[in-house]
Amino acid sequence: MRDRAEALILRRARWRPAEYVFWLLAFAALVLFPDRHLILNEIAILALFAVSLDLILGYAGLVSLGHAAFFGFGAYAAGLLAKHAVAEPVIGLVAAGAGAALLGFATSFLVLRGTDLTRLMVTLGVALILGEIANQAAWLTGGADGLQGVAMDPIIGVFEFDLFGRTAYAYSLVTLFLLFVAARRLVNSPLGLSLTAIRDNPLRAAAVGVPVNPRLVAVYTVSAAYAGIAGALLAQTTQFVSLDVLDFHRSADVLLVLVIGGAGYLYGGIVGAVLFRLVQDLLAGLTPQYWHFWIGLILVVLVLMGRERMTSGVAALARAGVDRLRPGAGRATKELRP
Amino acid sequence: MKRRTVLKGLGASVATLALPHVARAESSAVRIGLILPMTGPFASTGRQIEAAVKLYMQRNGDAVAGRKLEIVLKDDTGTADVTKRLAQELIVNDKVSFLAGFGLTPLALAPAPLATQAKVPQIVMAAATSTITEASPFIVRSSFTLPQATVPLAEWAPKNGIKRVVSLVTDYGPGHDAEKAFKERFSADGGQMLSELRVPLRNPDFAPFLQRVADAKPDAVFVFVPSGVGAQLMKQFVERGLDKSGIRLIGTGDVTDDDILNDMGDVALGVITTHHYSAAHDSPENKAFVEAFRKAAGFRPNFMAVGGYDGMHLVYEALKKTNGDTAGEGLVAAMKAMAWTSPRGPVSIDPQTRDIVQNIYVRKVEKVGAELFNVEFATIPNVKDPVKAAKG
Repeated sequence: MRDRAEALILRRARWRPAEYVFWLLAFAALVLFPDRHLILNEIAILALFAVSLDLILGYAGLVSLGHAAFFGFGAYAAGLLAKHAVAEPVIGLVAAGAGAALLGFATSFLVLRGTDLTRLMVTLGVALILGEIANQAAWLTGGADGLQGVAMDPIIGVFEFDLFGRTAYAYSLVTLFLLFVAARRLVNSPLGLSLTAIRDNPLRAAAVGVPVNPRLVAVYTVSAAYAGIAGALLAQTTQFVSLDVLDFHRSADVLLVLVIGGAGYLYGGIVGAVLFRLVQDLLAGLTPQYWHFWIGLILVVLVLMGRERMTSGVAALARAGVDRLRPGAGRATKELRP
Repeated sequence: MKRRTVLKGLGASVATLALPHVARAESSAVRIGLILPMTGPFASTGRQIEAAVKLYMQRNGDAVAGRKLEIVLKDDTGTADVTKRLAQELIVNDKVSFLAGFGLTPLALAPAPLATQAKVPQIVMAAATSTITEASPFIVRSSFTLPQATVPLAEWAPKNGIKRVVSLVTDYGPGHDAEKAFKERFSADGGQMLSELRVPLRNPDFAPFLQRVADAKPDAVFVFVPSGVGAQLMKQFVERGLDKSGIRLIGTGDVTDDDILNDMGDVALGVITTHHYSAAHDSPENKAFVEAFRKAAGFRPNFMAVGGYDGMHLVYEALKKTNGDTAGEGLVAAMKAMAWTSPRGPVSIDPQTRDIVQNIYVRKVEKVGAELFNVEFATIPNVKDPVKAAKG
């Protein structure tokens, strides 16, 4: 029995060929699309932000309408640190992540109280409060005019940020990759599996001895740290922070991204980010005035078609890839929740 | 079937990434990157400037000094980090020779370091905080500064029986500028500021603030709001009954913006404002401009439109002076001290500050024919930005 469980867990955690291809492509984009690094950088940041939300929404079943609170907190932390103390990006990243984690830990107790609807309100409230603090503390944050004068040193003293966004994309992508690997390990660990159990039925999970609340606090804290790091990446690579990082539309956008890509499977956030940003950029380029209409239309169509199909499509693709390479092992991907 | 859908999606994504290669192919044209809020709460600014830019090109031809001009329009949705990314892309991918537009102060400040780094002239056609031109030596402004429009009003008020004033401004750069400029001048001239209220930039609700104005019982309330928000303010001003309480409404021209003034209805009648442009400005240049603009765009030009129109004038004249050479330093040098007659009246670029020097008019909302207009009744000639003038 134990062996079988262990085998199952290990099999779930195994890297699949499609995943290698995916990451190779992402890194190949550094060379393949030299004049698209700026948007790729934005995509990588949005993807990390979406992965962060996926951890709590897709795995632990915690809904949030205020995830931008941590994103914005990380952005301001990194921006202020660079402006007033250390301008080395990696230190800033770690500090912003740690700060956001603390904030996440503190607010997780609020989120634990109540049900989904309460959680939506509480998370929304936390983001609004932070937004207003940033607006009022203009002496520190620059208020509605934005934080000016953020200048970054080269990364670990070697790689300087360039006008073409090459360093920025490489930096964000490496960060995304490392954190993704960590998140992947986390969700495939016993801790991650217990989260899935809590999501599916908290009462039963508690009955079989899963400490529900501590687990939720843990994943919420990790998720907050991820969001903070995503925010820090944005602040460092654009060298500018505006109130907008805490705005409601950030929280809504990232939720949208996750809906497009599919929650509860870490690649959903990344696929969603790629599609969302590219479609947005393409439409905004074609019709600068009316692109909102098209985005809206696409979203409605997407939801009518059923987002399940999209992710199961990706899963089917992955499965097919596996089948082709290792006949007989194709069922492994079935555990990928759509 | 499903696989095909996904493959199609991925294929389309990759194709999107490859697009700019095609767009970049021809290079002899001079490109102007126009970044404006075309959607969101400040979309009216974008609409006005875009129409004005098109009109200028229509009236003056799309070629200067033997080079064709091309506009690359981008929508920044009024979000500063998007503005910055778009500016960067325009510089790097589209190789633009000018950046132009910039609807709000944060949007103009965010890309300023890029303009300096890439040596690309950044023409600010709308944003009005005084400090903007100090953010980069490549910024030239064709709109106005808030203190420039405010100080004449602060001088006019005490002479016309307004002694006690409450100020009500939007809480961001230009609002702070307006509040400070008004207070300093007004107090120096013997006026009394009862209180200074600030309304958030996003999703403003004026009702509680107007209630506080009503409670303070001043002679007048001095108002600054960004272009496009004035209608909402006027509506709530009337709903609260302030129009009947004898409190006068004075402000910079942003409040009675030509774009929305007509829709405010008769409640706006008699509002006194100071500004650099009115669609009712009495000059042959302006009559021709307004007529052509209405014909081309289908609506009335406001001060944003004239900022965009004069911004294009700067582009054309600078290129003429450099004979089509697009080196950034040369273009900025060519724009300095340039003087011409704009639809708004005589204007020039201050060679020290790269800010615009222009007449400020005191106006009153009146009915002309069937429409409401800001009718000018006094002129303060050649006003420089008072903040930078004070710095010496």
